[in-house]
Amino acid sequence: MKILLRTILLAGAIAAGMNAVATLPARALVEIDVNKGNVEPLPVAVTDFLSSDGLGAEITGIISADLKRSGLFAPIDKGAFIEKISNPDAAPRFEDWRVINAQALVTGRVTQEADGRLRAEFRLWDTFAGEQLVGEQFFANKANSRRVAHIIADSIYERLTGEKGYFDTRVVFIDESGPKNQRKKRLAIMDQDGAGVRYLSDGSSLALTPRFSPSRQEITYMSYESGQPRVYLLQIETGQRELVGNFPGMTFAPRFSPDGQKVIMSLLRDDGNSNVFAMDLRSRTTTRLTNSNSIDTSPSYSPDGGQVVFTSDRGGQPQIYVMGADGSNQTRISFGGGSYSTPVWSPRGDLIAFTKQTGGEFQIGVMKTDGSGERILSSGFQQEGPTWAPNGRVIMFFREAAGSGGPRLYSIDLTGRNEQAIPTANFASDPAWSPLLE
Amino acid sequence: MRGIAALIRNPLMIALVMGLAIAGCANKKTPNSAADLGLGGAATPGSSQDFTVNVGDRIFFDTDSSVIRADAQGILSRQAQWLNQYKQYGIVIEGHADERGTREYNLALGARRAAATRDYLVARGVSANRLKTISYGKERPVAVCDDISCWSQNRRAVTALNGAGS
Repeated sequence: MKILLRTILLAGAIAAGMNAVATLPARALVEIDVNKGNVEPLPVAVTDFLSSDGLGAEITGIISADLKRSGLFAPIDKGAFIEKISNPDAAPRFEDWRVINAQALVTGRVTQEADGRLRAEFRLWDTFAGEQLVGEQFFANKANSRRVAHIIADSIYERLTGEKGYFDTRVVFIDESGPKNQRKKRLAIMDQDGAGVRYLSDGSSLALTPRFSPSRQEITYMSYESGQPRVYLLQIETGQRELVGNFPGMTFAPRFSPDGQKVIMSLLRDDGNSNVFAMDLRSRTTTRLTNSNSIDTSPSYSPDGGQVVFTSDRGGQPQIYVMGADGSNQTRISFGGGSYSTPVWSPRGDLIAFTKQTGGEFQIGVMKTDGSGERILSSGFQQEGPTWAPNGRVIMFFREAAGSGGPRLYSIDLTGRNEQAIPTANFASDPAWSPLLE
Repeated sequence: MRGIAALIRNPLMIALVMGLAIAGCANKKTPNSAADLGLGGAATPGSSQDFTVNVGDRIFFDTDSSVIRADAQGILSRQAQWLNQYKQYGIVIEGHADERGTREYNLALGARRAAATRDYLVARGVSANRLKTISYGKERPVAVCDDISCWSQNRRAVTALNGAGS
């Protein structure tokens, strides 16, 4: 059996050097159409990777959980497996997997290199065609074993759906603890599956609305740490913090531009209204984009950087507007009844996610960038703050059920199905999904 | 609504509005002040307790509005009178919103409420140099429940004293 291996080196703690040796020809046999509203999850068999310790099974467990949570795959219970994989380099007995209806099969091995690094090899098989679809190996520090599992899950997802994966991503959010009238709100970061939580602020002052830079190395957020609410930048690894600009009033609702060179945010005016400004992080020049006697906030760039979507109450109640990145052609796009806020442009560019308030409910929805084609994905007592997975297929948001005492994070497919709670130790809000590392 | 808000921000118009408001509202009690609980009178005149108990340190707003309501005008005029008598205090006006709005919008709404309150006090003669504003959006509720009885208490501007005295 001739096998082409793509080698990926995971060298540093975060920075991953990737070295593509060769790739397989794409021949879609078993595949999933993610655009269908009600797709039946694809049965897959994920076998424990061979290893001398428990690490193989651990990695397999993470891969299975990723695939299952996506709603597109149904990992088959290991108890049903007939063949025991003893040599992951050899072709499996496909009929043994077909008989338990495994459409795809994942096999692999984890070993330790002489230099202490982890070597993870995996293969994805199409059991009905009797073919290997993917064969890859990865080298990584042992501390990065979870990342290796997520990268393998992304590879499987991408091969079987034709879409980019989103499992090797992280989420910054606000960890909330303590009573509601004295709640401690601190910056935190975790893997998209809720693992590996790390706190980025100590909770001595309010921190809100963190968002990733395109490099994933930096976040911008709003904090009361100086006494006055201001927008900051934070280097995630070094912990270095920096005030964005030096303005007399409150600065809030920050977001990076797609090229990472600018932060767009709201500035409070002395008359109590708020307008949208963009600040160039290198030249430190500030450009005013809106100048209305209203609240203009929650700006979000289109992925090409050419447009900005934002919330304004200039028409009497909060609605969604789109303008050119220079502030030109400010046009209202939300007309569905009720009020609209927290617009976020999809990384694919085709949709805008929002929070809508109507009939005493809060809804998470999406609309096209001209405001047409509105679809509500989720309704509830209190929920807001959508953020996009980097592949534009999944949205995360936070919800507080009536009487629950605090908010939790949830994800939902663009189709409105497969809602999943994201496990967090405490209450959690303001999730922001990281980009994929290229 | 916006028209009224604009008027309120104009000091001359406020003086006119106040003339009307004082006649109608000066004797109304704050719905949430400790004076209603029979605690009034015990505080030392000029102390921050005196301000909170006998004057009323907060006003309330309608949903998604920063218009100073008629009941709030009476409280603010009493605040202004007191603050003009006890000039040793610096003042921070905290603007707050209820939870029935999204986080960033509510930060802006709280700021607008704080600014409207500040402008009202300035129109009543309190020096602008003594007044600072801060918005807490919906992050610092005083009343914690999931219905309108709490939301109406959380839509507020609180006049907090600092500096010398108390």
